[in-house]
Amino acid sequence: MKRKHKESLTSLAILSPSIITLAVFVYGFISRSVQISMLDWDTFGSFMRKAKDYVGLKNYIGLLQESRFQTDLWNTLYFTLFFILGCLAIGILLSLILNNKPKGGYFFQNLYLFPMAISFVVTGTVWRWIFAPGRLPNDPRGINLLFEQLGLDALQWGWFTSTSSFMGFNVALVAVIIAAVWQYSGYTMAMWLAGLRGIDQQLIEAARIDGASKWQVFTKILFPIQKPITLSAIIVLAHVSLKAFALIYAMTGSGPNNVTDIPAVYMFEATFRSNRYSTGSAIAIVLLMMVGLLIIPYLVNSFKEE
Amino acid sequence: MLLKKSALLSVLVMVALLFVFSFSAMAQDEEVEIFSWWTGGGEEEGLNALIELFNEEYPDVEVINATVAGGAGSNAKAVLKTRMVGGNPPDSFQVHGGAELVDTYVETGLMEPITGLLEEWGVKDKFNQQILEMSSYEGEYYSIPVNVHRSNAMFYNKEVLAENDVEPPTDLASFKEALAKLDEAGVVPLALGDTNKWPAGQIFETLLVATLGPDGYNGLWDGSTAADDPAVREALVHFNDIMEYVNDDHSALTWQDATQLVHEGEAGFNIMGDWAEGYLKTLGWTPGEEFGWMPVPGTEGSFVVVTDTFGLPKGAPNPENAKKWLKTIASKEGQDTFNPIKGSIPARLDADESKYDAYLRDTMEDFANDTLTPSIVHGSAAPEGFITAMNDTINEFISTGDVDQAFEKFQQNHEEYVK
Repeated sequence: MKRKHKESLTSLAILSPSIITLAVFVYGFISRSVQISMLDWDTFGSFMRKAKDYVGLKNYIGLLQESRFQTDLWNTLYFTLFFILGCLAIGILLSLILNNKPKGGYFFQNLYLFPMAISFVVTGTVWRWIFAPGRLPNDPRGINLLFEQLGLDALQWGWFTSTSSFMGFNVALVAVIIAAVWQYSGYTMAMWLAGLRGIDQQLIEAARIDGASKWQVFTKILFPIQKPITLSAIIVLAHVSLKAFALIYAMTGSGPNNVTDIPAVYMFEATFRSNRYSTGSAIAIVLLMMVGLLIIPYLVNSFKEE
Repeated sequence: MLLKKSALLSVLVMVALLFVFSFSAMAQDEEVEIFSWWTGGGEEEGLNALIELFNEEYPDVEVINATVAGGAGSNAKAVLKTRMVGGNPPDSFQVHGGAELVDTYVETGLMEPITGLLEEWGVKDKFNQQILEMSSYEGEYYSIPVNVHRSNAMFYNKEVLAENDVEPPTDLASFKEALAKLDEAGVVPLALGDTNKWPAGQIFETLLVATLGPDGYNGLWDGSTAADDPAVREALVHFNDIMEYVNDDHSALTWQDATQLVHEGEAGFNIMGDWAEGYLKTLGWTPGEEFGWMPVPGTEGSFVVVTDTFGLPKGAPNPENAKKWLKTIASKEGQDTFNPIKGSIPARLDADESKYDAYLRDTMEDFANDTLTPSIVHGSAAPEGFITAMNDTINEFISTGDVDQAFEKFQQNHEEYVK
């Protein structure tokens, strides 16, 4: 009994540095942000005076009424949705192809994974060049120029400068989604491939002998087995999509009429460009809640399993 | 064994040397840290020339050139704010005169007044008084303007205009006619690159000056002009008209890209601050030969001003050296060293004209005679909260074209951020 007590004390002592830093730098700062988001610190002066003038939820209500923030929420929703779907679809397809061990498979496996190693800032800058539309129809640039030379003029459009939208979906996001999917589908591929290589081949062979089609093997065997992997991939991709700040900031900025704006970009501009510290904190807290919305069900689920 | 000994010895020598170096660095306590975002072409060379001049006069003071690159100064401003709030100010820093200085740092009590220094050096009446006024608060001056840019400038490709038989416009009506004519001819009438939003806001603010007049415009910031003045709405209508004639891909371009369109002969006009003149020169053009200039139509007699100034923060580690720096940049020689290289005009009115090119000489004359109006988007007229709010409003307005909505938002922003 005494020894056990000593052991737990030792482990607590060893853990305490990380517990304390976690408490201060994560939970302390979150609660500080919550506090600031309920103050009226929307000028540099009030920030410097550190005035404790609480305004309750005023900053949040103001945000939700702003057209820019509303657009941001729609953009996040659609971006996250299409980004995850795109990464899953392309990643799973690639992993299935590579799992058949085609010639040069090892080379392509690495090739598809490479984009993940590059920072969003670099890829954002390059994709910006690719999707810069130029002046249509006479002076196309980037991918529009490629389309012209291939005789596919019909495919030319304004890409991330387009301001049209469809059911709240700003089509300019397509360019950003392509860039993000390009960067992260390799991640889904790698996770799926690792899972596929662990599946007993006899299982699949047995199903094939029983007359299952390739599609049935995929939907009835592979996909159910890979469900935990897919779920983890979705969780990781979802939080990547909420952190797409660097990609958007380097590639398009908030765009005309905020067509490619996301809350993180707005948070940066509100806080560091316009000294609206309370509004910036409120956006940060909304972002945190959005992450929570995704992560908490996952955590609850995994605790239950344990 | 021998090897080990020599290795140990060399390590000891290294450590000893390090100590010597660090002590010698400590002995040189005569230094001054100058903070700016001058890292680009022209401005960096200008700053270096200024530092050289400073060192000629004060050879025992070492200048620490603390620059933060990127985002046309917005990165530097964020860094500066953190340092000021954290009680770790540089000895002197670059800041746009007007609200950016007064609203952010003077009202909050972070700056030392320098009125006494201006009088002591006898330079107070050498400056354009309107520009000194911009950095004053409750009767004291807080910074020294080192240069002046004009942001209501318009540049045009002479060849493109001549080929299409377009005369340089004289007012907003003839400007729109000229734009329409160029549009028909199939060239981009007005080059715009507003991926960073402010270039569009800058066009709008010059139109505000045009419709309100310089005094009406200046009144927006002291309360003598109401934000619901019909002239504000009028400016929005003009802006909407003019936006018909910009390049389609404006939101994918930066201001440099837009100026390049004029240089390449693909566009006729470009409304941009006169740093574009410096850019056109680096592209190989001579002012007056390949390109012409004028104030934005409707703003003749007004000079929308962007001025870089340096002040003295409270708690500066080397205030005496900072004062030496301020004295250098306030001097005629300092201003004439920096500005011809940077491509701006001096804030003093007694500069040596022979050092400046044709465009800058022309601008110096306007600067002495016109009514000065502080720029919004460059931080001089209004608090930073208003700037981003206005840029956002204009950014949305370009797409929606809804004049009444934009007018209403302008008033809301004005009420919320301008006191």
